Amino acid sequence: MPTVLEARDVSKLFTKGSNRVVALRDCSLQVDEGTFVTVLGRSGCGKSTLLNLFAGLTRPTSGEIRSRGTALAGPADGVGYMTQSDTLMPWRKLHRNVEMPLELRGVDRAERTRRAAELIELVGLAGYESHYPRELSGGMRRRASLARMLIGDPDLLLLDEPFSALDAQLRTEMQAELLRLWQGTGRSVVFVTHDIEEALVLGDRVVVLGQHGAVRLDVPVALGRPRDLDEIRVDPAFVEMHRRLARSLRGETGDVVPAS
Amino acid sequence: MTSSLRVDHAPPIDAPVRIEGTVGWKERHGRSVLVLVLRVLTLVVAIVAWQLTAGHLIGILFVSKPTLVWNQLKAWAESGALWSNSWVTIKEILIGYAFGAGAGVALGFALSLTRVLASVLDPFVMGLYAIPKVALAPLFIVWFGIGLEMKVILAAVTVFFLVFLNTTAGIKQVDDNLIDAARLMGASTPQLILKVVLPGSMAGVLTGLRIAIPYALIGAVIGELVASNQGLGYLINDSASTLNTAGVYAALVALTVIAAVLNAVVNILGRWTDRWRPNDQAR
Ligand SMILES: Nc1ncnc2c1ncn2[C@@H]1O[C@H](COP(=O)(O)OP(=O)(O)OP(=O)(O)O)[C@@H](O)[C@H]1O
Ligand SMILES: [Mg+2]
Repeated sequence: MPTVLEARDVSKLFTKGSNRVVALRDCSLQVDEGTFVTVLGRSGCGKSTLLNLFAGLTRPTSGEIRSRGTALAGPADGVGYMTQSDTLMPWRKLHRNVEMPLELRGVDRAERTRRAAELIELVGLAGYESHYPRELSGGMRRRASLARMLIGDPDLLLLDEPFSALDAQLRTEMQAELLRLWQGTGRSVVFVTHDIEEALVLGDRVVVLGQHGAVRLDVPVALGRPRDLDEIRVDPAFVEMHRRLARSLRGETGDVVPAS
Repeated sequence: MTSSLRVDHAPPIDAPVRIEGTVGWKERHGRSVLVLVLRVLTLVVAIVAWQLTAGHLIGILFVSKPTLVWNQLKAWAESGALWSNSWVTIKEILIGYAFGAGAGVALGFALSLTRVLASVLDPFVMGLYAIPKVALAPLFIVWFGIGLEMKVILAAVTVFFLVFLNTTAGIKQVDDNLIDAARLMGASTPQLILKVVLPGSMAGVLTGLRIAIPYALIGAVIGELVASNQGLGYLINDSASTLNTAGVYAALVALTVIAAVLNAVVNILGRWTDRWRPNDQAR
């Protein structure tokens, strides 16, 4: 499978006053076309920094980000990025926020409105079209961001803890929607989370990042699809993977499997 | 449905529950009506007190008297002096404001978009801003004479700095994350400016436009007081030089009315601009 996205020995330093803060050090990661990669890691290990680099929003201090084999120099086309913090435009009502990617592309109004209505429905926000972001709950804003990302029909999705603000029921629903939207479309997904279960339920492959984005573990998820959430929890393979990931997250070594 | 993850769907999330028309008239307006009534009352009491004490506690020459001021206003209204001079002042305010505000917004954007230039010019702008504008009046007289132009320029300069500084501050406040988000959506530079920077800085721009309105009046009237042969400022000077205190007060009343109208405009704009405030700053 061709590689859509690759980090090659990427380091990222931030300047803080006269000091430099290391966010990533020699991080290498490949994302194959059409796969769903979940990235697990403790808070502050550099997950968001890595996604910002993948999205082309920032440049690595050293190393290289390659997108479909060419070095990335800025935001690439066809990439949808749902950042950890909300970036809905506060002055736009929900439907105008969702429409925005199409508006920027010059899609005509009728078409925009139709697509936006579909996606708003999909994320369960029908009825809230004319609310401003500040009038939505945190979880609703996350769903609105998801709708806005999807309307652009990106073939690479970068998601940074998209569902961590949702209640358990809604989260499983959104996970299901995301899988439905992904499966069979050839889209590639990089999904950052700190929830082991979520990582296993969604991913084809789980990458555990340690300090400074060092890849601690990079394993395929040997669970068939479709996955039934209730059954999967008691699946011995799932339980074993869960234990292994938990150990890896805690930083116990001796389990390092290099990326294939 | 070909969901690859089977879950029982919860009942659909309903539309927001709106409770129609339960906010009564009194709840919405009761307080503001009370405030309005008390304001009118305050004004009436002040005028009556003025009328009763004038000539007894303090000499008429100093404080005049409401009835005298009223008579003077009537006389001016009949002779047309009130209208022609008010109109001159209003014209100066409006033209000065338009020029100052237009230049302030345009230059604010132009400079902010070239960050280096902005930081180079910053101390000069602040220095010019600090000059009391009345100190520029003599210079403007030399340049433009004592006609309308000099007052317009004085008003415009005063307005310009307020609008300019608020515009640049507003642009600085635009959330970088929003700009990044738009870039990811594929926005071109003109689109970024039009769809993110402009609306994102609108709160600042509108604040500048709003607070500059009364300063247009100040600039124009100062110009008139320094040198003029028409306008409300001229009426004040002219009346004072003939010891016509009632005339001074009458002209001040006319100015106050103009200022009150401008302030009403400012308040209406203020309510409108609140809508542009991002998330948490609203109200
Ligand atoms: N703009 C910045 N300036 C300085 N330091 C930064 C900046 N952004 C991130 N860092 C630092 O880089 C490190 C990694 O941050 P990052 O946001 O990538 O973590 P994360 O893995 O996404 O954490 P979380 O799970 O809490 O979101 C942290 O130590 C953080 O302090
Ligand atoms: Mg993060």
